[in-house]
Amino acid sequence: MDNELTVSSAAKETLPTVFGYIGIGLAYGIVGKASGISPLMITLMSLITYGGASQFIIVSMLVSHSPMVSIILSAFLVNSRMILMSTTLAPYFQKESLLKNIILGGLVTDESFALGMNKLNYTNRRLNFAWFNTVNWFAYTAWALASLVGALLGNFISNPEKYGLDFALVSMFIGLLYLQLISDKSIKFKLQLLVVGFVLVATFVGIIFIPANLLTLVVTLLACAFGVVMKHAFF
Amino acid sequence: MPSSSFVFFTILGSGIATWLSRIMPFVILKKFKLSAGVIEFLSFVPIAIMSALWFENLFIQHLGHLPSLNVPNLIASLPTILSAIISKSLLVTVVVGVISLAFLRLVLGM
Repeated sequence: MDNELTVSSAAKETLPTVFGYIGIGLAYGIVGKASGISPLMITLMSLITYGGASQFIIVSMLVSHSPMVSIILSAFLVNSRMILMSTTLAPYFQKESLLKNIILGGLVTDESFALGMNKLNYTNRRLNFAWFNTVNWFAYTAWALASLVGALLGNFISNPEKYGLDFALVSMFIGLLYLQLISDKSIKFKLQLLVVGFVLVATFVGIIFIPANLLTLVVTLLACAFGVVMKHAFF
Repeated sequence: MPSSSFVFFTILGSGIATWLSRIMPFVILKKFKLSAGVIEFLSFVPIAIMSALWFENLFIQHLGHLPSLNVPNLIASLPTILSAIISKSLLVTVVVGVISLAFLRLVLGM
């Protein structure tokens, strides 16, 4: 990561996440095809719904003939963490036009969000349209293309899990978390570790009674509140 | 599998719901400023959300009961963390992660 907010630095910095999108996009395409969805619909879902985990859920609910309303509601709940990420990001783009805000916001992902948060640590807490938009479009293109290729490959590979592709996303979260921990100087390191520890406990307890599609959101909200309380009490 | 028009409208509906989740904060915060307290709260979102997305994958949910461990994901996380610490590179981390889990599944049959 460097302190430049240009198209070329964005292209360079987003490359590692593109690799993750390709892994998961392929896996999604293969799973979709194996479930009987056409390559056209598989690609359209990546272009229109555009949300990693939620697309796998939509596929499995389509297979089980769930009603449309409950599929859409589940997708909304899984993706509702986007509200939190967009709220965190938006203040950095307040000076840009409304149209640019809508273009940027419409393509935010977990990874582009995390990259942006990481970038802040190198640019005196600044972001701009050119940099973030480039990161978003790389992700969007890679995701759609990988889904299409996966759907076409689906005729030959039936079990993508065997090749560890589904772990690309998890390893990306591990890498992004670590990079954030070592570079974010706005929160004390010990406090960050404490919050991560809290998330582990909250996930373990929450998974017992909170439906999977709400778990991320609930745990994240609790962890943020925990962080604020700890910061004022001990840091 | 339901008809393609059913699939298409499901995709469209999910897309609109997700798009609104993404853009509404940008549209609303164009006009309003967040208070210092909310900004402080949100400063924890990156680490909280990244660790939540990771930890969820270490457990297998059985609603109403204790979760079981996702052992392959747990084991594969170790070399992945190590490679993140050593390389500080996202690309290396992702590659090591995928290879680790593929090794566990293909070679050890986990």
